[in-house]
Amino acid sequence: MRFLLIEDNPKLAGVVVERLQLDGHAVDHAGTLAEAGDLTAVANYDLILLDIMLPDGDGRDFLERQRQAEKRTPVIVITARSAVSDRVGLLDLGADDYIVKPFDFSELEARVRAVLRRQGGAADNATTFAGTTLDATKGELRFDNQTVALRNRELRLLEVFFAAPGQVFSKAHLIDRLFSMSDEVSDNAIEVYVGRLRKRLEGAGAKIETVRGLGYRMVAW
Amino acid sequence: MVTPLGSIRKRLFIQLALVAALLSMAFFLAVRGVAERAAEGTQDDILSASATAIADSLRSEDGAVTLDLPYSSLSMLGSINEDRVFYRVVTDGQTLTGYPDLPQPDQPPRLGTPSLQTLVYRGDEIRAASVTRPVSTGIGATTVVVTVAQTRQALAATSRQITATATSVGVGFFLLATALSLWAAGSALAPITRITGSVMRRGPTDLRPFETSAPDELVPLITALNSFMARLRASLSRTEDFITEAAHRVRTPLATVRAQAEITHRKLNKPEHKHAIREMIRAIDESSRSAGQMLDHAMVTFRADSLAQDALDLRSLMDETCDRLGPTADLKDIVIRRDTGDKPIPFTGDGILLQAALQNILDNAIKYSPDDSDIIARVGLDDKITLSITDQGRGFGETDLSALTTRYTRGANVSDIVGSGLGLTIADEVAKAHGGRLEISPNKKGKGACVSLIFPRG
Amino acid sequence: MCFADISARVMVALVALTLMTSSALGFEVESRKLYQAKSERSRLKVISTADLNVFDPIIRAFQDAHSGITVDYTVTGTTDLMGALYDEGAVFDLAISSAMDLQTKLANDGFAQDHAPQIATTLPAWATWRDQLFAFTQEPAILVVSDEFFAEGTAPQNRDELIAVLRDNPDRFQGKIGTYDVRRSGFGYLMATQDSRNSDAFWRLMEVMGRLDAKLYCCSGDMIRDVASGKLALAYNVLGSYAAAQLKHTNGFQIIEMSDYVNVMSRTALIPRTAENVDDARMMLDFLLDLKARKDLVAASGLPAVDAAALRTNPSLRPVRYGPALLVFLDNLKRQSFLRNWENSLLQN
Repeated sequence: MRFLLIEDNPKLAGVVVERLQLDGHAVDHAGTLAEAGDLTAVANYDLILLDIMLPDGDGRDFLERQRQAEKRTPVIVITARSAVSDRVGLLDLGADDYIVKPFDFSELEARVRAVLRRQGGAADNATTFAGTTLDATKGELRFDNQTVALRNRELRLLEVFFAAPGQVFSKAHLIDRLFSMSDEVSDNAIEVYVGRLRKRLEGAGAKIETVRGLGYRMVAW
Repeated sequence: MVTPLGSIRKRLFIQLALVAALLSMAFFLAVRGVAERAAEGTQDDILSASATAIADSLRSEDGAVTLDLPYSSLSMLGSINEDRVFYRVVTDGQTLTGYPDLPQPDQPPRLGTPSLQTLVYRGDEIRAASVTRPVSTGIGATTVVVTVAQTRQALAATSRQITATATSVGVGFFLLATALSLWAAGSALAPITRITGSVMRRGPTDLRPFETSAPDELVPLITALNSFMARLRASLSRTEDFITEAAHRVRTPLATVRAQAEITHRKLNKPEHKHAIREMIRAIDESSRSAGQMLDHAMVTFRADSLAQDALDLRSLMDETCDRLGPTADLKDIVIRRDTGDKPIPFTGDGILLQAALQNILDNAIKYSPDDSDIIARVGLDDKITLSITDQGRGFGETDLSALTTRYTRGANVSDIVGSGLGLTIADEVAKAHGGRLEISPNKKGKGACVSLIFPRG
Repeated sequence: MCFADISARVMVALVALTLMTSSALGFEVESRKLYQAKSERSRLKVISTADLNVFDPIIRAFQDAHSGITVDYTVTGTTDLMGALYDEGAVFDLAISSAMDLQTKLANDGFAQDHAPQIATTLPAWATWRDQLFAFTQEPAILVVSDEFFAEGTAPQNRDELIAVLRDNPDRFQGKIGTYDVRRSGFGYLMATQDSRNSDAFWRLMEVMGRLDAKLYCCSGDMIRDVASGKLALAYNVLGSYAAAQLKHTNGFQIIEMSDYVNVMSRTALIPRTAENVDDARMMLDFLLDLKARKDLVAASGLPAVDAAALRTNPSLRPVRYGPALLVFLDNLKRQSFLRNWENSLLQN
């Protein structure tokens, strides 16, 4: 996915960009509203992450402009204000959701997913491998005229495998992707979810294969 | 410290009572003076009439003055009182009849005008009326002075009676005036008492201006008080802003650190290193979450005193809360099942507070629920409105349920989960501010707990 | 004054004093008696115009009620009693007189002291003055007629009838009429002056009596005696209490209370300013004021007690009222002129 991060703090911007790239996303960064305006004029983003306090204006003005320009790009506001009273107004201004600093990237991802799902989803958010299509936006798996609904963790696990079919992912890597930092999980927790995925993929052209001692990978039959 | 300078009421009362005392005294003297003059006047009139009657009976006989004392002259004196009566008729310095030692007037009274004086005779005070009458004796005219006197015991008795009456009336007037003074002092100061009461009744955070009606004299005080409150409010709000601002300022670096930590976590391979990083992240989350709840709690306390009266729909409020926290639940594969009915539930209250309450309850439920479990968000409407969140978590264990709503109290079995313990306190205070209550009970179907906000119907 | 009751009682020592011993006092003492108490605590000196035989039962009853009080009872005339207290400064604890005018003058001129009687509330207003004079009897001045001259039912009932009877029968009543010599009798003078105030008929009556050569008396007793014996056809202004007492023993006369009006005289008690034994005097005075409650004493003494009810039922009764009005006829000039008129009417020969 392609993100635009509008954030004036360069350190934070730097780590957020790096962190999102770790999950395979493309991220552009704008330090000011002016820069952001330039970027949105030339590029299409799947989602905009907007810090509300910026040096050349309030993020609320940006939301206002977006709405007037009838840009459909969803916006998730990043706010330092944690109190409920500070947050609710943002939704009224046209933000699709908000997330409070410091944030959990798993939660950010979940919110992005929820926002995109509400929006109807980007067309390119479906990936196909070996006749099996993963629609991340709808959270479903399609093959042989079958549609299988996925739970959140199943979807996220499949996304990892679909992003790089054939690549072996270690259990630790998968755990990092699947569980939030505040969850205390054991290594074999991943086996439960792999087990579930195998059940979901029954009859499909792709399967999850165990690579002894290394981890798992998705391969075609 | 305030140095008491004595009571205004007391001062006012004493001044009014002094005025009343002066008026009473003046009233007493006036009444007694008038009444005694009237009584004296009556006696003087009768004495004059008696003396005149005697003078009228004077005649000359054989060249000498003689007198046939009229019966009425003395009987009229006896008819009004029982005072002793003396009389004397003097012709050319010689006592014709009567009491020879009865004192004569200092100066012979003028013709036609009785002279009256108060004398002492036989040890008693007497009032004497004298008239002069020329009597023709044939040889010439001789001047006769008739004096009629009476003791003044009846007058003294009347005077005592008048004094007693005037005294009792004066004292009565004084007491009445004093009582009225007390009342007047009280009623004059009643607005102060009222305003004092309305200041005392105020909650600790109620800094609204006074809109009570006050007498003109108190308006400057109220205005000054209101202006002081406005400054205090501004100062408090500046302080609050500062604290909020400070909390926010910390969040951006925290976010940076946390993101950095996540990146580092990805790159590390050794489980013990990963564990250390996770501990750090958990600490960041905990402090962030606590700060958030504390700010929420402060906001609840602040807003509860002057509750907003928004027209709300509790059903959509519940839906919005579920929407908002849906992604958080998704992370743990928790499904929020909504049982919110199909009709809006109108309610008048503070939307922000109610949202804060619901979010805290639902957030708690998600946090304490195991992966792949269900949370039921229910909106019930019977004789009351019930918003309940039921989870399949570990419940509250052996913890005293009523203590959970007090600040910083957490369940007995949750030490491994990030939380400050303020969530339920916030929900409880919001419920109370809206005339409702927070109810915590074990989940009736299976394990877990049910936390409900219960409000009376509109 | 002729009913000598010399019943000697064992417990009482009777001391009759001669006129010689009393002459030192400067006023005429008619009689004096000492009622010695068995164990004397105190001594009460009473000066009175009431005869011994009249007052004897009262004194004894008083001593029965209050033991230890020796009563020294002195009888004198009304003028002497007045003189003794007014001019001579004689010391007595209680003064009892039938002369209401003289008693009034004593009180008016400051010779009496206050007393608050225990039965004050039941006393009619006219029966007391200045808390110093107290009336304890109620005695009408009446007409006494002889049975020889007036058969029952034929006696005149008012002054006009009396005048008419006397005028119509001058021969029959010539020298047969008796009345007080007001020059000598204080009571007579008081009744005559009250008459002169009350009715024009008085002077006409005096004229008629004068023409009939009326006999003048000093005392009621003598008049009653002479009427009873038929020596007089009638006596005017006789003290009713004496006549009533006499009628119990003697026949031959009737008592007529005039229907136009009846002067009612009272015996008056006062405590002189100079009294030495005031406490006992007060007790005696209260005892006298409660006379009505002692029917036995009323009967024994012949002194009718004050009876307010009788006054209400018989409107012709006119009690003489205390007050300065009584001083009018004590005025020298007034007295002289009254007596001159009286003499002119009555002493035509």
